[in-house]
Amino acid sequence: MSNQDLPTLSFDQHQATVAASGRWQVHALALPDAMVQIDKTLQPVSRDGSVAWDLSQISALDHIGAQALWNAWGKALPQKIVIPDQYAEFFDRLKQAGTLTLPDVPHGAWLSFLSIGTAIQGIANHLLAFVGLIGQLLLDVMQFARKPLRGPWKEVSANIFHAGYQALGITALVGFLIGVVLSYLSAQQLHTFGADIYLVNILGMSIIRELGPLLAAILVAGRSGSSITAQLGVMRVNEELDAMLVMGMPHGFRLIMPKVLALAVTMPLLVIWTDALALAGGMTAASIELGLSPRYFIQSLPEAVPLANYWIGMGKGVVFGSLIALVACHFGLRIKANTESLGEGTTISVVTAITAVILADAIFAIVFNNVGY
Amino acid sequence: MATQPTPIIEVRGLWTCFDKFVVHQDLNLEVNQGEILSLVGGSGSGKTTLLRQLLALEKPNRGTVKVFGEDINGSDGVQLQKLRQRWGMLFQHGALFSALSAFENVAQPMRELRTLPEDLVRDAALLKLHMVGINPDEALKMPADLSGGMIKRVGLARALALEPELLFLDEPTAGLDPSLSDSFVELIRSLHQAMRLTVVMVTHDLDTMFALSTKIAVLADKHVIALGTPQEVIKVEHPFIKEFFLGDRGKRALEQLHGDRQGSAPPPDSGTVTKAQ
Repeated sequence: MSNQDLPTLSFDQHQATVAASGRWQVHALALPDAMVQIDKTLQPVSRDGSVAWDLSQISALDHIGAQALWNAWGKALPQKIVIPDQYAEFFDRLKQAGTLTLPDVPHGAWLSFLSIGTAIQGIANHLLAFVGLIGQLLLDVMQFARKPLRGPWKEVSANIFHAGYQALGITALVGFLIGVVLSYLSAQQLHTFGADIYLVNILGMSIIRELGPLLAAILVAGRSGSSITAQLGVMRVNEELDAMLVMGMPHGFRLIMPKVLALAVTMPLLVIWTDALALAGGMTAASIELGLSPRYFIQSLPEAVPLANYWIGMGKGVVFGSLIALVACHFGLRIKANTESLGEGTTISVVTAITAVILADAIFAIVFNNVGY
Repeated sequence: MATQPTPIIEVRGLWTCFDKFVVHQDLNLEVNQGEILSLVGGSGSGKTTLLRQLLALEKPNRGTVKVFGEDINGSDGVQLQKLRQRWGMLFQHGALFSALSAFENVAQPMRELRTLPEDLVRDAALLKLHMVGINPDEALKMPADLSGGMIKRVGLARALALEPELLFLDEPTAGLDPSLSDSFVELIRSLHQAMRLTVVMVTHDLDTMFALSTKIAVLADKHVIALGTPQEVIKVEHPFIKEFFLGDRGKRALEQLHGDRQGSAPPPDSGTVTKAQ
């Protein structure tokens, strides 16, 4: 694009005329410097109507170019002006449109104070809806128990497959590695006290009672929790949820209960799997680092860890699984029909699910304070 | 007066295959400046695919697509970027950015240029919204809060934001009620005159098609079987054309067309189209 194509203004002080030339089109105006030069030329020009404007040298014009001129005139046609006929309609349109301004968005200190109340209301709202969800789940499970043959078996088994079978790989990998890390860490400390054989107790207790369930839960919250929320959210965006209601398929019975049941069944199994792999990892590391034979490790495990701990771990699995599914469904159903809400909902769902799991874990620790030692 | 019309779009020997299924076979198409071309064809005849290929969203298996005289599949990123600033597209469902308000959706393409001052962008975006009949009070609504017709209008305003020379419309009136779709047709017609646009649209709506198009391209049997003015196209002997245009609906729309042409709309290529340079 040559220089004479640039949209320019020239101000003749003696005759008090401003002449515009060049292409007054959006891509020419967007060239670097074009608008800056125009503003510079405009600075000495008074806006009292004594200045005449000449647009006859313009080679092309579009709405944005016309708007730029219009704004330079203070949003009204100057009294003395030459406009070629073919461009007149742009200014007619601007004149006819009048002054368009965006409505003010209210803001201020009072509003930000009020937002505290809105936030509290939001939390209360969430809690109330969550309680409602649990109540609905209870009713649905009772209905399922009364007529088991008419239950959503397919949905349950599909969810078990997705949340359970397909998670075996990742939980195995993470469990094994954590077992190795823990084993190395404890072995070094125990070695300084000559208490090498207590490694079995430390690993067994911590993994079976705490780490196994927690690890599995965090992985499942990230994997299945996010996918449940996103799935329900997309169903909301596509109006699939509404379609289900219209056809008389209740969300609770067909969507939520199968997911909760599936995770409640799957999680304890995943906990056992993670426990086993983490212990295998610990065992491998122990035999390398401390020379503790796998045979000894396996033989002394039942003595070191009372059976109650297994049951506590399994129980945690059931509770964590149900919690993750419930939280994911809760946020999934509250997603609004736009993409931003979808992303936000999924993030909040995973964060809340993990927080809820850790909270529940703390409650377990307090309740089963004296059990299994 | 009788200047050679410049082809804005030139498609030569285009082939599209999905696996073994051939959609377009040696397809040719030409669109000249100032025309309003309707692409019609049965469902699955590859109208939308062709439109996406014209926009360089998809690549044909064989053949060339030239827009503004440039091969869009052969040009590099910078050239393609420049081309993309010269055309606008209205998607079937609007495709508004749901995280942005209606006003911001229209302002976004202008802000993307990075050099226009904010007050100019604001005024220009509000003017575009005004042109499609959305007043400033509704400009701050989010797309989720807009009705279907308003989404289409905002989508059109966004497509027009950078004053394109070429406008693509995918089913512009689908999902609008008759009076809304009439006003939409009126809007596109007036914009076509005001902004000297070339328009390519895919539509099933016969009323819209006859009311707007200066040319119709019929896609059937894997290529363009007819390309010409509406009057020419309906005379072509082909089972699809017979079925599509000369059914009851088609006849009704045609009557309208004859009534219309005697009245207002100027004939195409009458020299009113100025050459944008």
